Amino acid sequence: MNSNISLIIGREYWTRVKSKTFLLTTFLAPIGIVFVYAVLGYLLTRGSDKQKNIAILDNAGIVSELAEAKNNLVLTLETKPLTELLEDYKEGKYDGIVELPALDIDDSKYSIIYHSDDPLALDEESTVRGLFRKDIRNFKVQAFGLDQNSLDKIDTDISLNPKTVKETEKEISNITTKVSSVLGGAVGMILFMVILIFGSQVMRGVNEEKINRIVEVLISSVKPLDLMIGKVLGIGLVGLTQFMIWGILLTVFSVIASSVFGLGSMETMGDMASNEGVKAVMENDEVKGTIMKVLKELASINWLLIIPLYFFYFIIGYLMYASLFAAVGAAAGDDINEAQALTTVVMLPLIAAFYIGMSAVSAPDSSVSVWSSIIPITAPVVMPIRLATDPPMWQIGLSVISCILFVVFLIWLAARIYRVGILMYGKKASFKELGKWIFYKG
Amino acid sequence: MDVLTLRNVVKRYSNHIAVNDVSLNIPKGKIFGMLGPNGAGKTSLIRMITSITKADQGEIIIDGEPLNANHPTQIGYLPEERGLYKKMKVGEQLIYLARLKGLSQRQAKEKLNYWLEKFDITSWWDKKVGELSKGMQQKVQFIATVVHEPKLMILDEPFSGLDPINTNLIKDEIYEMNQKGTSIIFSTHRMEQVEQICEEIALINQGKIILEGNVDEIKNSYKDNKFEIEFDGKIPEDLLADSFTILEDSDKALVIQANEGHDSNELLKGLIDRGVQIRAYREILPTLNEIFIKKVGESNE
Repeated sequence: MNSNISLIIGREYWTRVKSKTFLLTTFLAPIGIVFVYAVLGYLLTRGSDKQKNIAILDNAGIVSELAEAKNNLVLTLETKPLTELLEDYKEGKYDGIVELPALDIDDSKYSIIYHSDDPLALDEESTVRGLFRKDIRNFKVQAFGLDQNSLDKIDTDISLNPKTVKETEKEISNITTKVSSVLGGAVGMILFMVILIFGSQVMRGVNEEKINRIVEVLISSVKPLDLMIGKVLGIGLVGLTQFMIWGILLTVFSVIASSVFGLGSMETMGDMASNEGVKAVMENDEVKGTIMKVLKELASINWLLIIPLYFFYFIIGYLMYASLFAAVGAAAGDDINEAQALTTVVMLPLIAAFYIGMSAVSAPDSSVSVWSSIIPITAPVVMPIRLATDPPMWQIGLSVISCILFVVFLIWLAARIYRVGILMYGKKASFKELGKWIFYKG
Repeated sequence: MDVLTLRNVVKRYSNHIAVNDVSLNIPKGKIFGMLGPNGAGKTSLIRMITSITKADQGEIIIDGEPLNANHPTQIGYLPEERGLYKKMKVGEQLIYLARLKGLSQRQAKEKLNYWLEKFDITSWWDKKVGELSKGMQQKVQFIATVVHEPKLMILDEPFSGLDPINTNLIKDEIYEMNQKGTSIIFSTHRMEQVEQICEEIALINQGKIILEGNVDEIKNSYKDNKFEIEFDGKIPEDLLADSFTILEDSDKALVIQANEGHDSNELLKGLIDRGVQIRAYREILPTLNEIFIKKVGESNE
């Protein structure tokens, strides 16, 4: 009998993995994403290929000292009137003229005019805007007669630092919460998608066999339970394969991409940031500091515990919903669209789990989050989201045990509906009939 | 020895009894006809024999052993509702189905080559089933049914949807399998096919067996003393009297029924004695179709 299950798994797996759809979604999707990034990166950096001569006409009298040229923009502070500069432009001496009109200190808005037939690239535009921010600020500070020193102290950077009451070795910083919620959110999202995509593939596969009538030939050779489990496992392996290939491809591509395009655009971004003035430079340092802290946090997470648990919940969650979807596929009639009501019943807890999970990202210790990470129907999505926030061990243990018990029960339940449903040709089953099937013997 | 014995088999569904206390012996090496109108319980019975469903009560014994997990590999089942994976290639699909019946990859490949060559369809190996016509798909399905050389083959309406050429082709294969010792259960409601093919039959109606036995014996036991006579001359009125009734009268032939207590010898003797020139004489046996309609009508009352 076991050899039959492996035959079934083999068929489910290979027919899908060899199909065009699988090849397209598995290989073209990451290539597509990388291609889009490559094109974007190219378009963004393209502007800096050619040197541009720009004249600055300061009618407002705010520019004290011109910043260095950036993005291949060569800047010249001109005092000639606009009409003459436009002549220079026509002669090709300049590629464009930046005109700074008179500044109204009471207006919080200020429009700069760029005279040219060839508009600036996206990054060039922000460079030009950044050029004058500091000058305008200084100009207004003087005009209002303010004290620069006091002004710098007005803006206050507020941060909230949690401090544990209980004494623990691990220090919780606000970075910890952020890192774990981003990690949890991403994992929860992936789990939800995986369960939904591959679960509904199970449903369609089961229904296809029923509509084809091949199921009668199949279960004259194998037990219905074997057939169902074989299908669920086969499709689950397809999912794992796809994710592994995506993981490998994305790693390879991002390494290639960052060496070809990535570094270049990173530099320009850094340049842009530093161009925005002293404050931006400080922020840049802060960013670096934050990255270091994030890396430190990531390193402090107990991966040895968490990664096996992610796998556990991935498998359990998939098994739970895939077997429910298999039952729906068997109970549905020849037109699977008629089974809307049944599909909804299966989807509801999954969607609820997803929303609870998303709220658990920001409130991992609320009672809703805690209980729905223990109640097995929602646990496979909610618990992984909470895992990065170090929930108490008893909660993890309880969740794992309840999930295992529940998945056994669900497979049993689904198998009972499945074995009757696949032989009932024609109309879809009502809920009342499903109830009968579960308790139907033989 | 019987290839299949059913003892008091019962199958209930929520609102009706599909198989009601059926007992049946199907002898080894024979082609056995399982007849009955639509909804009589044939498919329910077959599904229990093929381990698709379980009997609520009673015993199913295959080749002397109670039905167990090894039996599916010894049975070949062609369901009435044909089905194959449309998107799978013929070769892959047949190998898969053969392996589920317990053959190894190599055995399956060998056997399938034999069958595809026999049907002259080796070129279909890499075609998807969905690209084949209905009749072609039926051939593929037939191969799937026989490839593991089952002891017992159960064919549910095997000729439905086949053209006359393919019907004959499949019919010949069925005979050949039977010659080699395979027992065959042939389920249908097409009586003329049963008469041609089967030696033994069972007639099922409303979940019960209402008639069972050898085809010739059944026909003989349901004969109603009808004869067809072709002759020259005139039938003497005095011979007929109240011993015989004329059912049909055409110029040269008569269909005559012998009344209670009289037989065909008496008729022949009378005719010869009176100098009537007899050219042909034949006993008319009822067709299975007539028996079928009569019995089903009776049991429905």
